[in-house]
Amino acid sequence: MSIKLLLDKVHVEGIRTYEVYKREGGYRAAEKALKTMSPDAIVEEVKKSGLRGRGGAGFPTGLKWSFLAKPEGIPRHLVCNADESEPGTFKDRYLMEFIPHLLIEGLLIASYALGSNNTYIYIRGEYAWIVDILEQAIQEAKNNGWLGKNILGTGFDCNIYVQRGAGAYICGEETALIESLEGKRGNPRIKPPFPAVQGLWNRPTVVNNVETIAAVVPIINITGEEYAKIGVGRSTGTKLISACGNINKPGVYEIDMTISVEEFIYSDEWCGGIKNGKRLKACIPGGSSVPILPANLLLKTAKGETRYMNYESLNDGGFVSGSMMGSGGFIVLDEDQCIVKHTATLAHFYRHESCGQCSPCREGTSWMDKIFQRLEKGQGKMSDIDLLWHIQYNIDGNTICPLGDAAAWPVAAAIRHFRDEFEWHITHAAEAQTRNFGLAHYADPLPVVQ
Amino acid sequence: MAVQFSQDTMNKVQEIIARYPEGKQKSALLPILHLAQESFGGWLSVETMDYVASILNLTKIEVYEVATFYSMYNTKPVGKYVFEVCQTGPCMIEGSDEIINYIKDKLNIGVGETTQDGLFTLKTVECLGACGYAPMMQLGKHYKEHLTKEKIDTIIEECSKSASVNN
Repeated sequence: MSIKLLLDKVHVEGIRTYEVYKREGGYRAAEKALKTMSPDAIVEEVKKSGLRGRGGAGFPTGLKWSFLAKPEGIPRHLVCNADESEPGTFKDRYLMEFIPHLLIEGLLIASYALGSNNTYIYIRGEYAWIVDILEQAIQEAKNNGWLGKNILGTGFDCNIYVQRGAGAYICGEETALIESLEGKRGNPRIKPPFPAVQGLWNRPTVVNNVETIAAVVPIINITGEEYAKIGVGRSTGTKLISACGNINKPGVYEIDMTISVEEFIYSDEWCGGIKNGKRLKACIPGGSSVPILPANLLLKTAKGETRYMNYESLNDGGFVSGSMMGSGGFIVLDEDQCIVKHTATLAHFYRHESCGQCSPCREGTSWMDKIFQRLEKGQGKMSDIDLLWHIQYNIDGNTICPLGDAAAWPVAAAIRHFRDEFEWHITHAAEAQTRNFGLAHYADPLPVVQ
Repeated sequence: MAVQFSQDTMNKVQEIIARYPEGKQKSALLPILHLAQESFGGWLSVETMDYVASILNLTKIEVYEVATFYSMYNTKPVGKYVFEVCQTGPCMIEGSDEIINYIKDKLNIGVGETTQDGLFTLKTVECLGACGYAPMMQLGKHYKEHLTKEKIDTIIEECSKSASVNN
């Protein structure tokens, strides 16, 4: 049995409109929050819920909110990060496209809790049609008294604006997002000062992911305490997973973080197994930045325990034998996929998306991309593998923002777990042009699950 | 003819500037560059960028550095229809290479090139957040997903038809 808190109403016809959303119980949480709760009580409730940032970092949301500076006479801002750009991730898009009022309601509650009278949704520029959907929802909310001046007679004013980015992965990093929202290049800022003290226009700012904000609605509805009972350990509540790659049922799923990875991949309720009866080779469970895991380490931890779809279990074994929940971008690769080629596309991605501010990232991503191109053309040298390893090692942790780490990790994990495939690419350069390495000796120990 | 927004667009520009605190009109730069690109042939000429600078009371370099940073702004002319095909991992798994090659052959252009009639430009782009519906491309404001060769044929046909009707 799966628990749904965000997508429970997503298939109700017309849920995109205010009327249907309201009829289905929408804006109840907003009414409860604004009429019966103080801003601090809402922050406390979110703290109790154990909600962790759904953008990728998994930082406790209530704690982040409590860091917000509140100097007298200086406006504060809430900014919603809708710059979803992590390869494999398309959950925020789904939520905004099909149930936009859930985000608007969450933003209203969060804006009230944080004291933001002008709240901005920064959405990636490519989601151009979703801007219209959100602006329509904002207009409907305004027409019905949920936005604007003196909302529900509480004296609280709130406007929400949608700002389109223009094609830059880096703007998903919160300080780069703020720079971009100020009309500049998306170069991340050195922290401290943190946005909670000096963010947008140097004012105290909270930046939260779309799914994080949406989760505030059920938290207010059912209370933080009840929300915290769902899931396991510090992985409370539900998480949206966008599943793609070689599976029968790609799509966006809401899970309660108690199911195993194996169940998620093979159950008909979720991914429905590997396409065309093939076998599972590897998986990137939390968006392209997190370490890729071979099938055996994906389904079971190094200790031989079942691996679950939650923050702690996916991270079991650290980066040596584990991975991360990240953004929930779940990319599945079957036995026919080439790890070198797949990692090459990611190396290319990070080179393209590096803002160029820090040399280790700017130069390092460029070199890694070039070396991968060389390997792909069958012109690789055995020393290239160690060279790649050293480059990623020298990027990791040595840049202003985590894009450097995000570029380093996929390369490190690919070499760590699939070094023999890299070697084969070099020793069998001509053959590698026409066929893939397949499963070879690190193969999935599991039989094909029908 | 000098670059000049229509009155309607100018109203939109004012509405966007009003979203930010006074003196922070630079925040309107990205949205207004989008409007400029839509209004003036799908790309940003130096003249267009200078015009945007004058509207927002910015130095020209402030506009150039932003226009060249973000991949959605075209600083060179493009065709009427720009095919932006995703080539990142999840789309690659689903055969984006084949789609890109098919478009290249069909339109007889390389990546980054425009057909001689000025109708089509082919670009490769990085992950657009449609990984579950791969392979895919962006065409104008919308996504074209689950691409096949047949779908590409239909899209090209529809674009050509719509272009000849509009001329």
